[in-house]
Order: sequence, then C-alpha cells, then structure tokens
Amino acid sequence: MSTGTVATFEDSLERLEVGWTHTSPSELSAVLREVCADPTVGVELPYDGVELPSWVNTDPTPADLRAAKAGVTGVGIAIADYGSVVVQGTPDGTEPVSLFGDLHVAVLRESDIVSDMADAFEWVGEEFRSGHDSAIIATGPSATADMGALVKGAHGPKDVHVVILDE
Amino acid sequence: MSKSREAKAAKIRQLIETEGDAVNTSTRGFNEGRYEAVQSLDDYEGLKADARAIKEDAIERLPDLLDQLRETIEANGGTMYIAEDAADANRYVREVCEDNDAERVVKSKSMTSEEIEVNDELQSADIDVVETDLGEWVLQVADEAPSHIVAPAIHKSREAIADLFNETFEPEEPLETAEELTMFAREHLGELIEGADVGMTGANFITADTGTMALVTSEGNARKTAVVPDTHVAVAGVEKVIPSVEDLQPFIELIGKSGTGQNITSYISLLTPPVESPTVDFSDPDTPITEGETDREFHLVLIDNGRLAMRDDDQLRETLYCIRCSACSNVCANFQHVGGHAFGGETYSGGIGTGWEAGVEGLDSAAEFNDLCTGCSRCTTACPVNIDIPWINTVVRDRVNHGEVSEVDWLVEGLTPDEEPGGVSLQKRFFGNFETAAKVGSAFAPVSNWVAQSSVSRNLMERTLGIDARRELPAFQRETLKDWFDARDSRVQNPTRTAVLYPDVYTNHVQVERGKAAVRALEALGVDVVVPDVRSSGRAPLSQGMIATAEDHAHDVYAGLAEYIDEGRDIVVIEPSDLAMFDSEYEKFLSEKSFERLSEQSFEVMEYVYGLLENGADADALAQTQSEKVAYHSHCQQRTLGLEGHTEAVLAELGYDVATSDVECCGMAGSFGYKSEYYELSMDVGSDLKRQFQTDETHDRTVVASGTSCLEQLDSLLRRPTQHPVELIAPGR
Repeated sequence: MSTGTVATFEDSLERLEVGWTHTSPSELSAVLREVCADPTVGVELPYDGVELPSWVNTDPTPADLRAAKAGVTGVGIAIADYGSVVVQGTPDGTEPVSLFGDLHVAVLRESDIVSDMADAFEWVGEEFRSGHDSAIIATGPSATADMGALVKGAHGPKDVHVVILDE
Repeated sequence: MSKSREAKAAKIRQLIETEGDAVNTSTRGFNEGRYEAVQSLDDYEGLKADARAIKEDAIERLPDLLDQLRETIEANGGTMYIAEDAADANRYVREVCEDNDAERVVKSKSMTSEEIEVNDELQSADIDVVETDLGEWVLQVADEAPSHIVAPAIHKSREAIADLFNETFEPEEPLETAEELTMFAREHLGELIEGADVGMTGANFITADTGTMALVTSEGNARKTAVVPDTHVAVAGVEKVIPSVEDLQPFIELIGKSGTGQNITSYISLLTPPVESPTVDFSDPDTPITEGETDREFHLVLIDNGRLAMRDDDQLRETLYCIRCSACSNVCANFQHVGGHAFGGETYSGGIGTGWEAGVEGLDSAAEFNDLCTGCSRCTTACPVNIDIPWINTVVRDRVNHGEVSEVDWLVEGLTPDEEPGGVSLQKRFFGNFETAAKVGSAFAPVSNWVAQSSVSRNLMERTLGIDARRELPAFQRETLKDWFDARDSRVQNPTRTAVLYPDVYTNHVQVERGKAAVRALEALGVDVVVPDVRSSGRAPLSQGMIATAEDHAHDVYAGLAEYIDEGRDIVVIEPSDLAMFDSEYEKFLSEKSFERLSEQSFEVMEYVYGLLENGADADALAQTQSEKVAYHSHCQQRTLGLEGHTEAVLAELGYDVATSDVECCGMAGSFGYKSEYYELSMDVGSDLKRQFQTDETHDRTVVASGTSCLEQLDSLLRRPTQHPVELIAPGR
C-alpha cells in the first residue's frame, strides 16, 4: 500500500461525500466523541491495542440497535478506487451494528486499504475460504431514488464516517 | 387501421401520455450515467470480455456447478432445492414458511420472485408478504406491475407516490418531498421487518466454490431482510451460479455502472448463509443480540422454469448470460419513451426481456412486445456481457412469424419472393421484400409515386399493410444509380485505389443523389469506382424476422462481391445498416472465411474518405467551406460500429463546424416508423432529435445524417432540407 492508495481512497470518499479523519489509536476516543451522537453502539475493534471508549455500547440489544444514532465497527479492508469499506459478518454483530444506526463509523488501519476491486477480491477469496465467509462491500450511505429524487438513508445509515488509524 | 393495430397504437399512446415523461427522465439519466461511469474503468472492454467468458463457461458447465453448489451449501448447513417450474418453487417456499409458522415474510427485490408470483402463493396461505425495496413497495401498495427490471416504479412520479401514500396511510401531515416519502417508508417498513419471521431475497450471483451469494442493492433492505429473521429463503434462477468468489469481481465492477450509472451500488452483500451474524429478535428487545438464538435456517431455491431448455437452445442460450443490469432498457430509444408496461411481457422488460419471456413464459408473451426492438443495436455495446440482444429479438420474431400460420398462407407463400413459410404477416412480408417493391417503383416512376401517394392507395396500404397514412412515402427515381453509372465513362486515370460502391436499395432507387455524390467524391480522390448489380443486403427481411430470406440475400451478396474482393477492390457502403449486416449479422450466415473477407474489406463511405485523406489524398479535391455550420446525426448502427467519428473528422478537416446529436436513435428505424401501430411512438422518439436540432445553437445549421431512415425521419421532423454528408463534400454539387 502506498501513500497514493490512501490519497485515492480519500478522493473517492470526497466524491461520495463521506467524511474521514486520520488519527492515532490514542486519539480515537476523542475523534469518536466528535462524530458520534448518543446513544452509540459498537463492536470491539479487531486491532491490537485499539479500544473503544466505554460510552460506546458494545453489547447492544435489539432495542439499543433501534435507538442507536451511531454504530462503530472495524472493517476488513477498504477499497481505494471505490471508497468502499468491507464490513465482515461476525458473531459479535458487526453487520447489524453497522446497519441500524443513522451513522456508520468505520474504523480501519491505513494498511488495510487496497487499491482496486481485483485486490479486494483476492482478499475476499482468501478470507472466505478460511471460513470468514460473509461481508458487505459498503460504499457511502444507504440511498434510494425510488421516491422521485436521491435520498440518503433508505433502510440503512444516512451517513458514513471513516476513521483511518495511522500506523 | 386494423383493430389490433389500432388497439396497440392506443395502448402505446396512452403510456406515452401517462408514463412516458417519468420513464424518459429516469432511463436517460441512467444511460448518461453509464457512459460517464464506465470511463473510470481502465479496461472496460477487457472487463466485459472477462464477464462474458465467466458466464459462457458457467452455463456450459452448469450441471456440474449445480452439483458442486449443492455439496457446498449442504456442508455450510443450508439446503438447496431446484424447482422445475413456478408452481414447484412456490410450493417449496410456502412449505418452508408454514414449517416455521411464519406470519410475515419480508422480501428484498427479486425479479425471479416476480416471475413465479410467489407473493400470491404465500398470501393465499394467509402469510403476509411485504416488499421492502421502496420501489417494489410502492407498486405493492398501488397494485401495479414493475415497468423496469431494476427501478420498478420509474413510471410513477414523486407526486403520484405522494398521492398514493397520503390516500392509503393518511399520515397526520401529508407527505410531499422525496425525503419525507422515503423516511415514512423507512419507518413503516422498518417496523414490518422487525416483526418478520422469514426473510426472502433474490441473488444476483451465487458462487459454487463457497456457496456465497452476491446481492447488489443500495437501500440496505436486503441486508436487514437477510440478517434480522432467523430463516432466510433465497430465490434465484439456476443461471445465476458462477464458479468462484473471484469470478464476482468483473460483475461487481460492471453491474452498477451498466445499469443505473452508479460506480458501484451502496451495498454488495456477499453472504454465505447461514451467516454468522446474530439474528435481531425484536420480540425479545432487551436481550443482547449476542446472547440470543443464532440458529439460522437457510434455503436456496433455484428455479429452472424453462432455463435448462434455453441452455440447450443455440439461439436463446445467450439470454442466460444476462445479469439483469437494465442497460439494454435504458439505452433503448423506444424503451425510453414507453417503459416496460409496453416494452415488456409477463415479467421481464426491455431488449433482453424478449429472450427471457420466450424462454420462461413462451412465445406469446414475447410476441407482445418483440416488435418494439428495431434492431438499432445500441444495446449491444451497452451490455456488460456482450449479448447480441437484437439477434435474440430477431430470432424470436422469426419464431413468432412461423408460429402464426393462417389458412391463406399457402397462397401467399407461393406468390412471394422470399424464403419464408406461411405465417409472416402481410406487413412484414411487404417491408421484408422492399427490394422487389423498389424495382417496380423505379420502373414505373413517376407514375408509381403518384399512384402510391393517392389517398385511395394510402387508405388501402394502411388497411392491408398497416403503413401509416401520415408518413410520407419514399419517391422512387426513374433513373437508378446503376442506370446513371452505366451510362457514363470512368473518369479516373492511374487510380490510387479501386472500389465497389455498393448500390443499396435506397441509394439505388430512392436517394440516388447521395450515390452520385459518393461516386464523384471517390473519383475526385483518385479511386476507380464500379457500381455492380448486387442484391440488397437482407437488412429489410432480417428486420422483419425473416431470417431464412436474409440468409439467402447474404449468400447472393457475397457471390456478387467475391470476385471484386479477389480483384482487390474495397467495398464502400453508404447505408450504415447495410454495412452493419456485412460487419455483424453476416457472421451468422456466411462461412467464417467469407465473412472475414467481406467484413475486412468493407467501409462506410465517410470512413473510407477519412482513410483516403489520412493516406495522402488531396482534400482540395473535395468541396471545402469557410466554416459552414452543420448539425450531424449519425446512425445508430454506425455508432455501434464506432464509425461516427470518421464523418465528424472529415467534415472538420474540410472546414465545417460540426454539432453532433447524442440521441441513441432517430426513432424511424427502417420500417418501424411506417407501421401504423408504431408511427406515434416513432415520432415521439424523434422529438428528442428534433429538440437537439432546434436549439439556438443548432436551428440554422445545415442538417446532415448518415442513414436513410434518419434522413426520412429528419425530413418529417424539421422544415429544413437534409442530406447525406457525402453530398456536402462531393465536388461539383
């Protein structure tokens, strides 16, 4: 992964009108506090030494999901060309947590950004054959044009924010 | 006009008035989006070729892949059922729901579920079925059918949806904006999803190696449908199976761009059910989701319903490569003006809809709308898996023709100069055998023109042949191009090249001046030209679905040109639809070598001029201008062949200021605009072109167009004279 890939990813996010923040693991809490409204649900991040602040509810009930303003999850990889994040289906509920809130906050490590769709599917193929076999390639917020004009937030999140952890 | 033609015309007229504007705005938006989106790909053509190869391979190996998929799904803990037909599939789905004591099924969008009409089956078993895709839900509330395979409610305006919701749900504050309508639907459907017992989805692709299904969506309803209830039923055609997860990549990159012009849709769900995500049980709202029951049940219901027979059908097999992206609908000029309620059958709509309906429902359903494909070919380059959609439409038309045998056919058959058995309508026979009419017309011109234009004749033609009396007929010239050419001497000494100018029917009998201009232009550039007596290309009968006749033409044309090709002569063609025959359709009629020889040696006339100028011919020999302004309309098939730019380049080099139209088709499309049942649609499609040539910037430009039909259509749309570009540049005009 080169700095070019990160820049391409940021350009794609810009095009999608998706906000992003670069931060260090130690500053993550502050960044989340800024972008998330209460109540926020989340799943523990799969990155060593990176923890979610205690005000993020990481053991949500269906009622919590319904009430959530924001959902914080880690992602498998991100795809620079498309501005996509690949949300994996996990037993601790990454999929519903990323889906029900008004805002999805996707936290990823800079090294997890791949350049294009071909690279992404190389990763997907390996993951799927090793048993982690469900994922959503999510690109920007949920959207529909079925009601006569483009509206964000049809069934899924109305907004997405990407947090890129510098390494 | 006959009653059935009048009825068809009335239905089309009504749809143009009620749904045309809404459909037009959306489909043209999608189509423009496609042109833009595919530009972001480094190798668009390569990706399409990859996608095509994967589908070809998958359909070839389908029985093996289905076996492999079954093993994979069962190893994953799910079940797979192959349903023979709709009734079989419906029964299976109903039983799964009944076994789970399901009271409500929530669905994400699936055309295959529309095909089998599973909603009716479940509702008759007292199971509530809720469509959660917003467009599908609008239609469910309105009790209407989809008008587009991807955006099912595009025929409804925002205002119409607001009225529908306000009347049906009587919200406290009347709904008005798209935002309000969407948020209302989100709330309403969100609650229905929360209480659902079974989630039903379609599947865009299913991989045999891992048992993964890909769902291409934007709203997030498919995600909720798959994750919330503990039972997931996926319904898909057997053709959706591809070998491996990696094979998904080209499709994922192509499907959104090709369809709605989105770079990628918001969500590509890659699910290998039963998935590990916990269910979300809203009936137990206070137990953390990780502590609830995650015992998921998964059923993949793959539907044959005619598909395996399509796989064995050499002509319909290509239909199975279709990924249902809707590019062929959006690019289609006729579709843009009437939508899927006219341009569609029982379930499927648009260009490829004919193949689906013929294979799944039967020829009757396909015959309903098959004539709306004019063979303009604009869909062939838009299709992400390179399906020859016009050919499928032609084949189906041929089969429909052969299926309609009436008692007088044995008589007609004996009297007509074509290769068709009985069953072909008089209208189709007339247009298919236009060459015969043209020969008679020229021989007796101008009397034949006076007779043809008389009101008595026009009435008779309208009644018997369905030729619309509002359409001006072509005027046959007494002196054909060939007569004119034979009566003069060759003017070229020491030619740089030698060529045949192919005398297509229209150039030879009707638009003779453009033929003369082509001869003058080529000779001025040092080309020795001959105009031999060669049969018409077969485009006319092919358009009517008269394949055997068209093939007969192809053999005669090749025989008529072979010796000239052996001599090293180039074949120069004025009419783009005839060149397209040589370059595309003849591949199906001629031996491979013959096809290659003719196709490689054939050139569109302005392409040829371009080549001559590029190779050092003196442009001063042609008619130059001091920045004369022209409005140019290329021809649909010419654009598909990638030959629009050559005309523009030649005109620019000679000093013309060129503004080119960007409509997909003029609406005339050969015989289409003459037919009384389609005349009004043809003019409605033409109105797009008319508008482009009547702007402040274009209204006083000289109008040039490459195709015969386009010139005829422009003559009826505009009050300005029209001509072929070669008439503009030929010396001594």
